[in-house]
Amino acid sequence: MDQDYKKLLRNFHQARWDEPIIFEMSTPGERGVLVPAASAEVQAAVGDEAAIIPESLRRKAKPALPEVGQMRVNRHYMRLSQQTLGNDVSVDIGQGTCTMKYSPKVQEHLVRSNPDIADIHPLQDESTMQGLLQIYHETEKYMKEISGMDAFSFQPGGGAHAIYTNALIVRNYFEDKGEDRDEIVTTIFSHPADAGAPATCGYKVIDLMQDNELGYPTLEAFKEALSEKTAAVFITNPEDTGIFNPRIAEYVQAAHDVGALAVYDQANVNGIMGITRAKEAGFDLIHYNLHKTFSSPHGGMGPGVGALGATRELEPYLPVPQVKFDGEKYYLDCGLEKTVGKVRSFFGNAAILVRVYMWIRSLGPEGIREAALCSVLNNQYTVKKVSAIPGVTMYYADGIRRIEQCRYSWEQLKEDTGLGTEDVTRRLVDYGMEHYWQSHHPHIVPEPFTLEPTESYSKKDLDEFIAVLQQISWEAYNDPDIIRTAPHNAPVHGIKNYYETDPEKIMCSWRQYLKKTAK
Amino acid sequence: MSEKKVVYPYIPNSNPDVQKEMMAFVGAKDLWELYEEIPEALRYKERLNIPEAILDEFNIKKHTEKVLSQNINCSEYTSFLGAGCAQHFIPAVVDEITTRGEWLTAYGAESWADHGKYQAFFEYNSMLAELLETEVTSVPQYDGGQSVATAIAMSTRINGRQKVLLPELMNPTHRSIVENYMDSVQDKLKVDIEYVKADPATGTIDMADLRAKLDETVAAVVVENPGFLGILEENLEEIGAIAKQAGAEYIVYVDPISLGVLEAPANLGATITCGDLHSLGLHLSGGNGQAGFISTQGDAKYVTNYKDFLHSLVEPEVEGEYVFGNVLIERTHYAQRAFGNEYTGTGTNLWMISAAVYMALMGPQGMEDVGRAILYNSQYAAKQISEIPGVKLRFDGPFFQEFVVDFNMAGKSVANINRALLEKGIFGGFDLSRDFPALGQSALYCVTEVTTKEEIDRLVDALRAIVEPTRS
Repeated sequence: MDQDYKKLLRNFHQARWDEPIIFEMSTPGERGVLVPAASAEVQAAVGDEAAIIPESLRRKAKPALPEVGQMRVNRHYMRLSQQTLGNDVSVDIGQGTCTMKYSPKVQEHLVRSNPDIADIHPLQDESTMQGLLQIYHETEKYMKEISGMDAFSFQPGGGAHAIYTNALIVRNYFEDKGEDRDEIVTTIFSHPADAGAPATCGYKVIDLMQDNELGYPTLEAFKEALSEKTAAVFITNPEDTGIFNPRIAEYVQAAHDVGALAVYDQANVNGIMGITRAKEAGFDLIHYNLHKTFSSPHGGMGPGVGALGATRELEPYLPVPQVKFDGEKYYLDCGLEKTVGKVRSFFGNAAILVRVYMWIRSLGPEGIREAALCSVLNNQYTVKKVSAIPGVTMYYADGIRRIEQCRYSWEQLKEDTGLGTEDVTRRLVDYGMEHYWQSHHPHIVPEPFTLEPTESYSKKDLDEFIAVLQQISWEAYNDPDIIRTAPHNAPVHGIKNYYETDPEKIMCSWRQYLKKTAK
Repeated sequence: MSEKKVVYPYIPNSNPDVQKEMMAFVGAKDLWELYEEIPEALRYKERLNIPEAILDEFNIKKHTEKVLSQNINCSEYTSFLGAGCAQHFIPAVVDEITTRGEWLTAYGAESWADHGKYQAFFEYNSMLAELLETEVTSVPQYDGGQSVATAIAMSTRINGRQKVLLPELMNPTHRSIVENYMDSVQDKLKVDIEYVKADPATGTIDMADLRAKLDETVAAVVVENPGFLGILEENLEEIGAIAKQAGAEYIVYVDPISLGVLEAPANLGATITCGDLHSLGLHLSGGNGQAGFISTQGDAKYVTNYKDFLHSLVEPEVEGEYVFGNVLIERTHYAQRAFGNEYTGTGTNLWMISAAVYMALMGPQGMEDVGRAILYNSQYAAKQISEIPGVKLRFDGPFFQEFVVDFNMAGKSVANINRALLEKGIFGGFDLSRDFPALGQSALYCVTEVTTKEEIDRLVDALRAIVEPTRS
């Protein structure tokens, strides 16, 4: 056993297969799979297949895909997966704002192999999808209870998509009222989509800066930004900082006072499920990321579901179809009176709803609250330990308990050693940690990093992650070269131009690479 | 009282001893002390009104299976439903790789720890580029509908024009998505949408109407090939030529599984190719297996106008290593908040893995074979169905995989016919009467490489028995 149990550090090395690009593995004539062919009788009945397609549309040259036998294809992608540190293989409390939790395997096994979800066509007759529609309807009930909202849509395919859909609802709502409002107010520590998605609908967005003591804008500053031009406020609470705004209901009221709607980005509701609800704070529209708080895996960035909750007043604007129950059977209702229409094909990411249903049913009322409690407890435990690491500071709201996550700073470390947050994250993988999330842009907290130790992690996991940060801090002060040259134990070493900005230099495909590197 | 506290397997620190120790460490006596920032008025102290927990994994699985067993699935019944979500053959290796926990549970880490993920993404880009004869692809969108919407938004950014021409018979869901997306709070940002008529006999673009509507104010001409109704656009190249003449972008929406036999739109003048990855190894999953793609050549005017992340080979510190970067990030709202190119966020990245493995397994020959099998089977089905008295094909041009069956002379509505088919274990074609009222009682039938002759013959027999031909 190589793990140093005193220091909680392990002697780790990630898989490094030096795997070629699949095109380099190609041998002309090899086959990865054979495809079911039309039967001889069918072929005979149809006659010349070439005549079916007009000459002008017939493919002239075969696509230059690689030709690789099945075992090698399988091995190649198996190796690439081994060179990826998902949450299943690494302690990913570093990915703050993303709510990395355990996605129970029983859910994964069911959705991948049960034909009553895997082989359901979304346009089947409703009578043949009663089980799936029941899961939609039941899950909606649970979401309504957790949020206090009156209706939900599961159409949006991710959190940003739900924010966009909320902005569409806001737009249609004021069009119907005949009010000309073209501004959205949000805060700088809310997710970039809270600015980007309303802007995509044509809104002018005001990003409010934080008060340096509170960590969020003061009520006065907030009120000042509001006017008869404000269509809605898009806010998060707690924000990326993990600081809960206790006066949130007054902020919502201020928005209502100018006739604006209040939209709550609850992508990450993990720390407050069953503890405090959007309804009591007065919100009109909300969304939950089911691929974060509600256990569906992140999939390397999707597919997800942004579950969109609305008050009774805004329910008629929800996207269609909505799953309804008439007392006997479940059905898809496409006839909502003021609907914003379709935002996603069919009825959204159905397999995710099945997972979420299972997760909520497996926890029940006590378990849901226990999950929230443990995520907050894990965070406050981590805050106390991490903030004591040399080189780490915390910004804003001194002495105030954080909810489910916290944004820290390596500003002091940078000042003392010249090494900052970018350097630390590169070194994390050498100890088996995937990475940590620094911050959304702009980096207002200097040298930021954001940790979110969800309820999935045991105290031992937390201690190990904290020990790694502690070790890297020690190295920064005592052995800085090892950080400068990191990573050492990852599948690859450093990258010179990770965020390349010159369009001439990018190589997004093998053919573009061959073209640009041809001598 | 004093029931033993549940220790949840997914919540390790629900263990009372550990919890007590940690609570003491953070200086909290009870739950609400952890939440001391939440004012009394906002605290929700009631018990959540949701069902009691089914605590053990065996029973949660059993319970969910029971709920789902009310469904009837497309392995039990024979399905002729498509409409953007057709049933295809999915090689076992696609599932083997896609369901690996490493991809499932990764998120947005940088390239060194998630090197394999980025290489798989790059290979997806690369193989799709071969299929499409393009160079650049971003990470995928929510679905094909979003890919059309963003392709149009890209066009308006490229040429600054604010009108777009769409085909009248396009996918109705996409139509709704695009209409929403092109609308704006600010009048000056609104993009006008005009629909180009279809030729009533063939369903293809009415060239005279296109010429009449196409001028120098048009940002993009959008065509589907094959169309939502399965129709092949014979004038694909000519449309591209006249779009180019007007200085418009030419957006072609494709079904990628057709590209072993159909020419890549980029070779016929498409400047932006988009579509849905569904046919490249994604399961039906009640509509969960959808993902949009957009692809272009590498010119700066295109690559700077994508909205989603672009991954690229970049320069390694150690010579000879392949390393990947997240490039041109200043385009995105992650860098610019309200000032990025549209918004982006969690999309459908996992499906890049499925599509990559699918394309790697299929190779050039597999793509050609699957295209041929679809052509044969769907032609055969159309031919057999059209011989049923009272039933005919609505359009007489060439098609791929899907075709419109006209039941207006069948004496029964599509809804009634489909109900009767259901009793015989068949999911009939998608009823078009709501979305395309002009087609009357018509249905969109989908036949792929997995549909057998026996299944088609059984459908034809069933239809023959169900319809009651009326005289025209």
